[in-house]
Amino acid sequence: MTSARHRERHAASDRSTREPPFIKWTLITVALTFAGLFLLLPLLNVFVQAVSKGWVFYWKSIADPDTQSAIRLTLLIAGITVPLNMAFGLVAAWAIAKFDFPGKALLLTFIDLPFSVSPVVTGLMLVLLFGAQGLLGPWLQEHDVKIIFAVPGMVLATLFVTFPFVARELIPIMQAQGTEQEQAAMTLGAGGWRTFWTVTLPSVKWGLLYGVILCNARALGEFGAVSVVSGHITGLTDTLPLRVEKLYHEFDSAAPFAVASLLALLALLTLVLKTLLEWKTHRQHAKGQQRGAEPAALNSEPGSDTAHFIRPSL
Amino acid sequence: MSIELRHVSKRFGGVEAVSDVSFSMKDGELVALLGPSGCGKTTALRMIAGLEMPTAGDIYIRGQRVNDLSVQKRNVGFVFQAYALFKNMSVFHNIAFGLKVKKWKRGAIEERVSELVMLLDLCGLEKRFPHQLSGGQRQRVALARALAPNPTVLLLDEPFAAVDAKIRQELREWLVHLQYDLKLTALFVTHDQEEAMEIADRIVIFSHGRVEQIGTPREVYESPATEFVARFIGVMNVLDVEVRGGVGRAGELEFPAHGHGEGERFRIGFRPYAVSISSDPSALRYRAVVRHTYFLGVMMRVELELPSGQTIRARVTKEDYARLGLADDREVSFQLREYRLLASEGGLLEPEVAVAREMPPMLGEGI
Repeated sequence: MTSARHRERHAASDRSTREPPFIKWTLITVALTFAGLFLLLPLLNVFVQAVSKGWVFYWKSIADPDTQSAIRLTLLIAGITVPLNMAFGLVAAWAIAKFDFPGKALLLTFIDLPFSVSPVVTGLMLVLLFGAQGLLGPWLQEHDVKIIFAVPGMVLATLFVTFPFVARELIPIMQAQGTEQEQAAMTLGAGGWRTFWTVTLPSVKWGLLYGVILCNARALGEFGAVSVVSGHITGLTDTLPLRVEKLYHEFDSAAPFAVASLLALLALLTLVLKTLLEWKTHRQHAKGQQRGAEPAALNSEPGSDTAHFIRPSL
Repeated sequence: MSIELRHVSKRFGGVEAVSDVSFSMKDGELVALLGPSGCGKTTALRMIAGLEMPTAGDIYIRGQRVNDLSVQKRNVGFVFQAYALFKNMSVFHNIAFGLKVKKWKRGAIEERVSELVMLLDLCGLEKRFPHQLSGGQRQRVALARALAPNPTVLLLDEPFAAVDAKIRQELREWLVHLQYDLKLTALFVTHDQEEAMEIADRIVIFSHGRVEQIGTPREVYESPATEFVARFIGVMNVLDVEVRGGVGRAGELEFPAHGHGEGERFRIGFRPYAVSISSDPSALRYRAVVRHTYFLGVMMRVELELPSGQTIRARVTKEDYARLGLADDREVSFQLREYRLLASEGGLLEPEVAVAREMPPMLGEGI
């Protein structure tokens, strides 16, 4: 949708600067071939391999108790981390966009840290902190709290890796909106809580949802950091990606692909949702811009500016 | 007194945005805070609303000291420069917001909103969202939203800056009529002296965080208290005068020494309307050539160039312009009817000095 509109606009606006058709078609062919060979084909192959031993085998692979437990664990981890990161992201974005405070630039940098640190290093950081030989290890052992090679460690790792998604999505939106709407609500008597729920949150809801979807996709698919802290205990600390790897190493020809196809389906679902949201926000944005740019377009309608300036009698 | 500021100052870090500002406004008054951008007028307005806290001084609304009262409890209506409409709410819900916060009954809310919709000519737009409105409509929704809870005072921050000239004129008239009909007390910030002159009952002129003058539009125009006001409101010719041979001279123009000694300098200022022009090059005291003519509607402004190259700005009515046969490059003579002594930079102005009427009957006597 978006790209179609883009093309139209370009075609209309700078026909004189357009490339000759053969260049256009060559580039399009190259791009499509590349995407087909390296993106689409492998993905399709996953599904083909998954059902290569028939649908019965496919179903059995997924119904396997260990796979079932991996599915449950993956959903559990996502179920914990996504709401938490949604809350953290909102708070961080709010703080950065609406207030000035010392250390703001530092916070902004730290939010990006999980993007720049390799997930494996993230896992190691947690091991060094919470592991038996780690900083807090002895204390944790004393109190019989297990974090590394257990679910809490995997939740922490996922939390860390997926932290930036919501905040990064919200900060520019909140910065662009400024605080005037909130101030307006305050002058009308609304307190902070009411202002947040009725003014701030609704105005960022699509951005928030977008961030949540990306965050969720990463939480479901995270491998590196989780792999380091999980301990790979089958049926206990295997998530879906870890399960896929394990099955693959067991030289099973179809089972890993069957499980992988679940992850691939989730990825496709994420893509669809993401595109829908992008389309929706883009349309809203375009609409807002268009109206803002040509207010005169509405002049013939009731109550418009220039149509009539007769005050109703009071 | 509806609003009173007593010695109010506001610092942002090391910058004093507002310093020792005092003024008051009566119930039912429409007052303008006028000044160039960055002069502290918006900060003053935001302090009255409670969106900023004063560093020093006291603010009173209806006799109550409100320094420690939160924004929510001040009961002021605030119209933001960029409207700040709730973009996720329809026009109806925007206007109803303040009423819902104040826990009005559903029926009462509907009644009040439809009253305001009528008043501000927004009929049929209740279900629209802000992005579906034109600039002028958005501004009127912002006004309606601020007016809905019956605020003690309406505060407007550059209310007409974001709309084009024609709509701006209409909105100004709306505000004047609304203010008159609803007996509103309203304070608005503007950098547009014409806007302030046109609609305000009184004007508070700001410069560098200080109040330069408070007065009716007529007072600040006819009796500017400082050179800043004189230059900011309308056009003023300012000349540097040096006393030589017992006479103050600025190019060809001569003035009494006004008590200054030989070689001393002083400055004088005069409005374009205080210049009389004759089409006879030797009828009045000074000779000049018409350099440029600016069409201002009813009035024409002419730029006169003296033989020394010095230029002064004069103003004549369209009729006089035609009657005198003025045109660019035409030779004329002129004379000043009145001028003011200007104190050293920024200081108070001396009262007006009328030039002795030594000349034949004058033409071009405008406003």
